Amino acid sequence: MPASRSTRIVLFIYGLLVIGFLYLPLVSVGFASVSRARYLSFPIKRYSSKWYADALASSTVKDLLWTSLSVAVIVTIISVVIAFFGALAFARYNWRYRTAFQKLILLPIFFPQTVLGLALLMWFNSLGIIPTWKTAVVAHLVWIAPIATLIVAIRAYGFDPALEEAARDMGAGTPTILREITLPLLMPGLVSAGLFAFLLSWGNFPLSLFTTGADSTLPEWLYAKMVSGYSPLVPTLGIMSVVGSFVIIMAALCVAWMLRANKESKIAQH
Amino acid sequence: MQRLDRKLGFLSALPMTAVLLLAFLAPMAVIALFSIMPQKVFSLSNTPDFSAYRVFFSQGYYKSLLWSLGMALASTLILLVVCWPLAYGMAKVFGRFTLVLTIAVVMSLFVSENIRLFGWVLTLMKGGLIEGHIRTWTGVGFESPLYGVPIIVFGLVYVYLPFMLFPLAQGIAMVPDDTRQAAADLGATRWQILTQIEIPQAAPGIVVGSLLSFVLAAGALAESKILGGQAVIAIADDIETAFTFGQDWPLGSALSMILIVIIGTFALLGVSRVDLDAIMGRKR
Repeated sequence: MPASRSTRIVLFIYGLLVIGFLYLPLVSVGFASVSRARYLSFPIKRYSSKWYADALASSTVKDLLWTSLSVAVIVTIISVVIAFFGALAFARYNWRYRTAFQKLILLPIFFPQTVLGLALLMWFNSLGIIPTWKTAVVAHLVWIAPIATLIVAIRAYGFDPALEEAARDMGAGTPTILREITLPLLMPGLVSAGLFAFLLSWGNFPLSLFTTGADSTLPEWLYAKMVSGYSPLVPTLGIMSVVGSFVIIMAALCVAWMLRANKESKIAQH
Repeated sequence: MQRLDRKLGFLSALPMTAVLLLAFLAPMAVIALFSIMPQKVFSLSNTPDFSAYRVFFSQGYYKSLLWSLGMALASTLILLVVCWPLAYGMAKVFGRFTLVLTIAVVMSLFVSENIRLFGWVLTLMKGGLIEGHIRTWTGVGFESPLYGVPIIVFGLVYVYLPFMLFPLAQGIAMVPDDTRQAAADLGATRWQILTQIEIPQAAPGIVVGSLLSFVLAAGALAESKILGGQAVIAIADDIETAFTFGQDWPLGSALSMILIVIIGTFALLGVSRVDLDAIMGRKR
């Protein structure tokens, strides 16, 4: 039952409206970041890039960016490793507690993140660990590693176990199979899981709030400024963080596209 | 082969399980223990007296809980209605546009929730993007809709839209076209097809989507703080206050436990009804 032409058009317009709805607040933030006035009001009368210059010159901003980046990079690396094995246990191997494992992984995703952050704070406290940005890495992992696992699992569902079995029949051991067969097959899933892990950690606020101790990530700082009153640096840093993530996504998409084009031209040559 | 599968499955689940054991289940146990301690203590070596749970009723914290659950329910229902046509389009109609839409929605997720909510404040405030421009063009302004319960629900709908949209689209994709065609051929109306064919068949997607948005919205904090101006206090906000300004860990833990039990019940009921393998596309 193909949809009629008018249904198609209405749904298409609806889709565009939803995209507009999702991005409208960022448009406001964008305008605010280039407004010259210290106290913002629309329509903006004079534009200036002053706040960007201020932000780039500030050492606080450098610290914030550095902390956020360190957390995100470490979370990404550990998440991808955990997700590679986790996804195999989730989707590929038939073992006794597989369904229990699947449900265990979903629990942290459903969990309210602020409460999780607080729970971790108390846990670290009772262990005698003083929270720094390193404890925030642990907090992020609890939420991000399961998501990464799910993303790789989708890929792992799609691949044919016969390939692994064939390799085993020809005498390959488990480490060889994992390296030569499983890893390359799961690679696209691992790359998107890594991308998700990085970006989710970069933008995460509720988990960082209680677990960074004296350090502060960019979203935390933004929140503190938002709640305590308007600062012209808030929209500026907000936009810088958004642009940073979009650049990474675009770079990843370009690399993926180039790799695919490369592969196709190789196949064409054969 | 089967024995090997069992061993490898166990081994490869180890890293993930270790992380969750040490940094998820253990903290939960600590919260559970703290929640039965006497008020305002900072160590677990006290005699439990469950007093923090009494405070939940005597000091009106149950009101915050009801507000949070009510607003979460409202936003989930609104999301179902708002997302259904779009999810339907993504699953059955759009073709290439589905990919564009997916990328656009996923990219919005990567922007910190704070920044997006702050953007709505700039958009909707008096002298903001909408009111400021309308006043300049027409000379007539309007009162800002910020700082009230409706705007908090609006914020929840906005932030959790992707969590409803994607499972719903996945669910609708599982409705076979043939069944719909057959129903239409037999003279079913559009409404009958929706209620008797599509909704029952897309049920797993509906369950997962509603569950995710409800649970996340029930534990949400930033919407009521940034958009709502604390017109009502969310339970997550009470929990945070108890831990920070209140310096009352047992109270914060008791409030957390109540929220965790409610959310956990919903999550477990929902998750146990859904076959994950089927939704995620297991082939064998």
